[in-house]
Amino acid sequence: MGRTLSEKVWDEHVVRSTAGEPDLLYIDLHLIHEVTSPQAFDGLRLSNRKVRRPDLTIATEDHNVPTLDWDKPIADPVSRTQVETLRKNAEEFGVRLHPLGDAEQGIVHVVGPQLGLTQPGMTIVCGDSHTSTHGAFGAIAFGIGTSEVEHVLATQTLMQDKPKTMAVTVNGTLPEGVSAKDLILTLISKTGTGGGQGYIVEYRGEAIRELSMEARMTICNMSIEWGAKAGMIAPDETTFAYIKDKPEAPKGAEWDQAVAHWKSLVTDEDAVFDKEIVLDAAEVTPFVTWGTNPGQGVPLGAAVPSPDDFEDADERIAAEKALAYMGLEAGTPMREVHIDTVFLGSCTNGRMEDLRTAADIIQGHHVAEGTRFLVVPGSAKVRLQAEEEGLHKIFLDAGAEWRGAGCSMCLGMNPDTLAPGERSASTSNRNFEGRQGKGGRTHLVSPEVAAATAVRGTLSSPADLTLVEA
Amino acid sequence: MDKFTTHTGVGVPLRRSNVDTDQIIPAVYLKRVTRTGFEDGLFAAWRNDPSFVLNNEAYAGASVLVAGPDFGTGSSREHAVWALMDYGFRVVISSRFGDIFRGNSGKAGLLAAKVDEKVVQKLWDYLDDNPGASITVDLESRTVRAGEGVDAIEDSFDIDDYTRWRLLEGLDDIGITLSHADDIAAYEATRPSFKPVTQHA
Repeated sequence: MGRTLSEKVWDEHVVRSTAGEPDLLYIDLHLIHEVTSPQAFDGLRLSNRKVRRPDLTIATEDHNVPTLDWDKPIADPVSRTQVETLRKNAEEFGVRLHPLGDAEQGIVHVVGPQLGLTQPGMTIVCGDSHTSTHGAFGAIAFGIGTSEVEHVLATQTLMQDKPKTMAVTVNGTLPEGVSAKDLILTLISKTGTGGGQGYIVEYRGEAIRELSMEARMTICNMSIEWGAKAGMIAPDETTFAYIKDKPEAPKGAEWDQAVAHWKSLVTDEDAVFDKEIVLDAAEVTPFVTWGTNPGQGVPLGAAVPSPDDFEDADERIAAEKALAYMGLEAGTPMREVHIDTVFLGSCTNGRMEDLRTAADIIQGHHVAEGTRFLVVPGSAKVRLQAEEEGLHKIFLDAGAEWRGAGCSMCLGMNPDTLAPGERSASTSNRNFEGRQGKGGRTHLVSPEVAAATAVRGTLSSPADLTLVEA
Repeated sequence: MDKFTTHTGVGVPLRRSNVDTDQIIPAVYLKRVTRTGFEDGLFAAWRNDPSFVLNNEAYAGASVLVAGPDFGTGSSREHAVWALMDYGFRVVISSRFGDIFRGNSGKAGLLAAKVDEKVVQKLWDYLDDNPGASITVDLESRTVRAGEGVDAIEDSFDIDDYTRWRLLEGLDDIGITLSHADDIAAYEATRPSFKPVTQHA
């Protein structure tokens, strides 16, 4: 019987396999950041261990760095301590670090691909659940905890049970103005936050093949939001074209060898998945969340649901709690929900295409009165590229704030937070209670909806803007 | 790591589903660089509410948390496990756990016991009727027990064999893996040269 993409990549990395024990899996790339690594390095020190493969390890600063005044010392003493601890650890253990101020600094999941370190057929881990992003290249990539970070540092391996396999096949073509973010939010609302649990998911089908690499990263990024171990997309010409000539991409004869191998990384015709979900891309519309988990979403054109709409008792109670937290009335059209802050950024939607898309929509418009629009590039390189293209001018002219790179308002660990009761439309990945700041209320949206919402001050799609003009 | 065989302690009914790791410990509490002291961040947002179950004195000294489905979803932060353990919890019982959380639990010595949803409901009802009552979790026989007589609850829980063995033996993963250093070196010798490196000679 044939094998699936994930089975092929998995099998290539098994160092040791014994019945009744997890496989010992080799890790090709270990990404490090300041928040989940200090205790791991501390553990190495305590047991007198070193980093086995510093040459397969790379660190950057992203979670709690400020996006303003990044050339000055970090004001928050605790954040500063974490960043300084990472710098000391990188130095002591010989790990390559891109610190704040460096041209390659940024969100770890934006940095890996843009350096060309993320390649098909690899195993990639990081102490961050959104490591699933790298699966867009046909890699097995997943988030790990700090004990596992220490384990990978010390051994370059991880003990892992082989997950089950699932295919998500998306047939057809996404309609105009509908993006990868809408697709993944739609999927999560169908499966719930636990629907992917225990599976490595392969996204496939015509609609996935048509996506750019950056859009594919958006899809794989949110795999964890429906509980999947990892998300993957088989590498193809789009993937190869993206990687070619990146700083750490294979060169010369090695490029040819690599591509020849990468082309074998597809699910065999006769392979069988443990589970399969089929979606029709044509039915996807701009999609937003109304609740406090990423599965609580509706089409932008719909209204806030009522708890009575849910048959399952747990879901009904969850909906009641979510509506109370979000300060929403059932039946209110989503388009009438006023937004205080729009956040464009994060490892989900903080790449060049996201900024270009949003700039294109907001050009010639102005941010609505009573709404602020925060634009945070995913990496320093994205920021510099956007400035070269003049995108920052478009945002600034429209009244948006143009910031430095980092995780920013995706999670309330740096100065960019929501105030209690403040409501955001956010291109990030989680709308959990307090995620963007204590008492903050988050609606997850696509970059398209974010830009249109900034102009109208209520949840909107670009199509609504023509009405503003008329 | 301490060996885990059986544990008896005060049970707390956490009647919520989808308790993600941001709820277990908000990001703002993750900034420490040490490995202990995270108990103050545990369920921080909810603990401001006087009616939150952990603020009920009957559950003081609790060590067994009984939670709704999808406990520990979301962010990979291992601090969620540390916060639970620093607070005094040794066991979390739920009908479904987030994958990363469950993995992190096994490594730190927190037992994540997966039971049928009906068992969670029974334990909740029992604990509500008997605040401060104890639950016994026996890893050897994979059973959870509470109460006495005709209303006694006894049921099995799921945990994979390997995690169970490690918890029973109190073994550290890195030590186990380093005993296979030869296998790792042999694997490394076969890696294709086109694979990327982060440092160049």
